[in-house]
Amino acid sequence: MVIDVEACKGCDLCIDACPPRVLEMTVHEVNTRGYRYPRLLAGCTGCQACAQICPDFVFQVYKYDTPLELPLEDQGQQ
Amino acid sequence: MSDERIYLSTDSPPQEPAALVDDFTPSLITQANHHLCPGCGEPIAIRAAMEAIEELELAHSTITVFGIGCYTAFAHNLDVEVVQALHGRAPSVATGIKRMLPDGFVMTVQGDGDMVNEGLQEVLHAAARGENITCLLLNNGVFGETGGQMTTTTTLGQRTKTSIEGRDPHQHGHPILLSDLAATMDGAAYVARCAVNNAGNVARTKRYITRAYESQMAGAGFSLVEILTMCPTGWFVDTLEGPEYLQDTLAPVHNIGELKAP
Ligand SMILES: Cc1ncc(C[n+]2csc(CCOP(=O)(O)OP(=O)(O)O)c2C)c(N)n1
Ligand code: SF4
Ligand code: SF4
Ligand code: SF4
Ligand SMILES: [Mg+2]
Repeated sequence: MVIDVEACKGCDLCIDACPPRVLEMTVHEVNTRGYRYPRLLAGCTGCQACAQICPDFVFQVYKYDTPLELPLEDQGQQ
Repeated sequence: MSDERIYLSTDSPPQEPAALVDDFTPSLITQANHHLCPGCGEPIAIRAAMEAIEELELAHSTITVFGIGCYTAFAHNLDVEVVQALHGRAPSVATGIKRMLPDGFVMTVQGDGDMVNEGLQEVLHAAARGENITCLLLNNGVFGETGGQMTTTTTLGQRTKTSIEGRDPHQHGHPILLSDLAATMDGAAYVARCAVNNAGNVARTKRYITRAYESQMAGAGFSLVEILTMCPTGWFVDTLEGPEYLQDTLAPVHNIGELKAP
């Protein structure tokens, strides 16, 4: 799942739409247009609810050619 | 649970070889970026409409007729034929197109201000005549584009720019329930109402739109799908509150479901 943060308008609709609640809005970081955007926590089930509700076509799904360890990026505490 | 949170790197495409499975933008939406407000329900509804056209392989024969409202700006992002009608007149323009091109797939995209205020007679006459067209009503209960004024579909008690204390039946009259009215017409083959305030309702919206298209393709007569859409800007609520506001304000009056189906 890739979130095209530059396309996001920070409306929060995906946050409530996500059943396992693995999307979290940034607090201080904003995209170049000044909107906060969602970030993905571990545990996404690929249910696509976020993509269905997003008015700005922000979500994309990629499949790796060879399965690999997900590139986890430990950002520590916010 | 510890406070430490693990984020997947989500702001750039994968660095390893990977194929894009789905960008969740229908191919008939050529330009995903648009100027509608954050949290607006109209792009969600139009996406469902475009996905259904794609799935039924109607793209090459589709002619859409747009009314006037915020959704009009989104017409430029679509890879289908678009004809711009005068305010409220889309069903009549669509009638002419369909009668000249009976093999074409002809639909209108209109708002509540456009269809129910400005053009109520156009849509009802088209329904009564049983014109073999499909009309989509994006109902947000306000004139969104002009700044959130009351429309005929605004519900009692609903606050808008022109009903600050809430819509009062003695002063403003009662709302018109367009789909209920259209469903009473003998020429109407399929009439349904849905909403885009959660993922389940978005899926239902697409299902209803698909049935309406199929009804036109079968030559059954007039079809209408009313879609309740969020307008946080015109409602003066937070984008996050939009879906709930829709559920509490519009949905109890404009009931969701199929009103007329074969
Ligand atoms: C004949 C005419 N009257 C008034 C207007 C001004 N006008 C432009 S958009 C609009 C409201 C549209 O409301 P709606 O169809 O509900 O669309 P929304 O913006 O809510 O999506 C109005 C009144 C116009 N363009 N033409
Ligand atoms: S696909 Fe489903 S689980 Fe994953 S982020 Fe989107 S809504 Fe949440
Ligand atoms: S629904 Fe889309 S535009 Fe809104 S916050 Fe989520 S990703 Fe951004
Ligand atoms: S005013 Fe309302 S309908 Fe118009 S783009 Fe903004 S949210 Fe959407
Ligand atoms: Mg409107």
